[in-house]
Amino acid sequence: MKDMHAVISADHLTKKFKDFTAVDDISFAVNRGEIFAFLGPNGAGKSTTIKMLTTLLRPTGGEIEIAGHNVLTEQDAARSSFGIVFQDPSLDDELTAYENMELHAVLYRVPRKEMKQRITELLKLVELDKRQDGQVKTFSGGMKRRLEIARGLLHHPHVLFLDEPTLGLDTQTRNLLWDYVKKLNKSENMTIFLTTHYLEEAEMVANRIAIIDHGKIIASGTTPELLKQTGSKNLEGAYLKLTGKSLRDEEVSAREAFRMRAQARRAR
Amino acid sequence: MELYILWLRQIRRYSRSKSRIIGAVGQPLLFLLALGYGIGSIYQRAGGGSYIEFLVPGIIIQTALFGAIFWGINVIWDKQFGFLKETLVAPVSRLRILSGSALGGATTTVFQAVLVFFISFILGFRPVNWAATPLALVVVILFAFALACFGAGIAAIVSDFQGFQAINQFLIFPLYFLSSALFPIEFAPPALKFIASINPVSYTVDALRALLAGQSHFGLGLDLLVLGATVIVLTTFGVFCFKRIEA
Repeated sequence: MKDMHAVISADHLTKKFKDFTAVDDISFAVNRGEIFAFLGPNGAGKSTTIKMLTTLLRPTGGEIEIAGHNVLTEQDAARSSFGIVFQDPSLDDELTAYENMELHAVLYRVPRKEMKQRITELLKLVELDKRQDGQVKTFSGGMKRRLEIARGLLHHPHVLFLDEPTLGLDTQTRNLLWDYVKKLNKSENMTIFLTTHYLEEAEMVANRIAIIDHGKIIASGTTPELLKQTGSKNLEGAYLKLTGKSLRDEEVSAREAFRMRAQARRAR
Repeated sequence: MELYILWLRQIRRYSRSKSRIIGAVGQPLLFLLALGYGIGSIYQRAGGGSYIEFLVPGIIIQTALFGAIFWGINVIWDKQFGFLKETLVAPVSRLRILSGSALGGATTTVFQAVLVFFISFILGFRPVNWAATPLALVVVILFAFALACFGAGIAAIVSDFQGFQAINQFLIFPLYFLSSALFPIEFAPPALKFIASINPVSYTVDALRALLAGQSHFGLGLDLLVLGATVIVLTTFGVFCFKRIEA
């Protein structure tokens, strides 16, 4: 699986939680400058894979390399080389937009001289420059998402992970986001690794797609390849043929349950 | 720089929540008033001298103890609401993340303890020797930092808020109430006396009492020795737990 052009490579990656195998011996490579979509039903192993790629979870077995750094042994070097927009919010609500950016810039050692200018530019880009001194808790869901994207780009990563970035966003914001992601991919040759449940988005932006189910990659290739392989008209058809139509149950962790309760309490 | 920005984050959060400042000082103040006035007269009649003088160091430690532990809750919130992940994928070691944050937590806690110290002046408290107050401050800083690390460590290993409350109920409350903070252990029944003398909180209280009120049960030397050991054990525990966080 070692590939000269690969900027992300996973080799026999496995993650077991007690007796449940979330990710089962998967191998794949993403080339530099590629937009790679990782699709699959709930509980298929997408998020677990992203967590392992981004050093948040330790794999049970296998190897991962990002931008030439072994994710298990050279954690800090690997961490400097990617940016991530998480599936769920990861901003400090009490801080302002600018302060969130500043904190990120310092943790990623963005040179002090460039810091201010870069933050201002990125905030302008996601159209939050006028709200930069507002506390994040006063922002809408879409604004928070935009801020997280700006933050993920602050340290000029080689690889950008987007874990369901458009979840809960309106059409305008979604279009803006994908346009911007495509632009970055072209101008900076930035590799994009994304997951989404909106198949038309994957079809529209991704160069290559992998579909994961029950912890295993069941198909991968370009959209035309997947369509040919399954004899389908569109990606959604191919996806459903591959993963079936049954619904999936997902274990809710204590943490998610807590968050849901807290949100319900707030909404009351 | 990383340590500074993580510290600054705590200071910013703290300075923006006025209710937390009032709440954190309110509880020790209530103790000071209720016990100081309520029990003070009977304490004096029993020949114990000024109860306020005896009590204030205990209440300052109470402020530091609960302040630092409650700061640990922050880490649970960070975990629940996702901010922790942002720091965990950053190219900064867990040790530095914990130290910077815990320094921030300790700073706000010490600020509260100092506030309580000055408020106690209204009740007639005065340190016996101003020259000893800098050392007293050092004692409170070390104690608060160690407990902030410990609290963050606990928050790292429990999965929800209820778990943290259980530890609070069954560990922190007993540690405080079964120490020499509120009563002189010389006159306590043997069982209580025994528990209080193996309780590290007693030694920190005793150190502060020696420095601020000129009274000591164990002797300042032993107090500082036990405090030093406590600080090492608690910070090591905190670092150990925090390093194992997986999101």
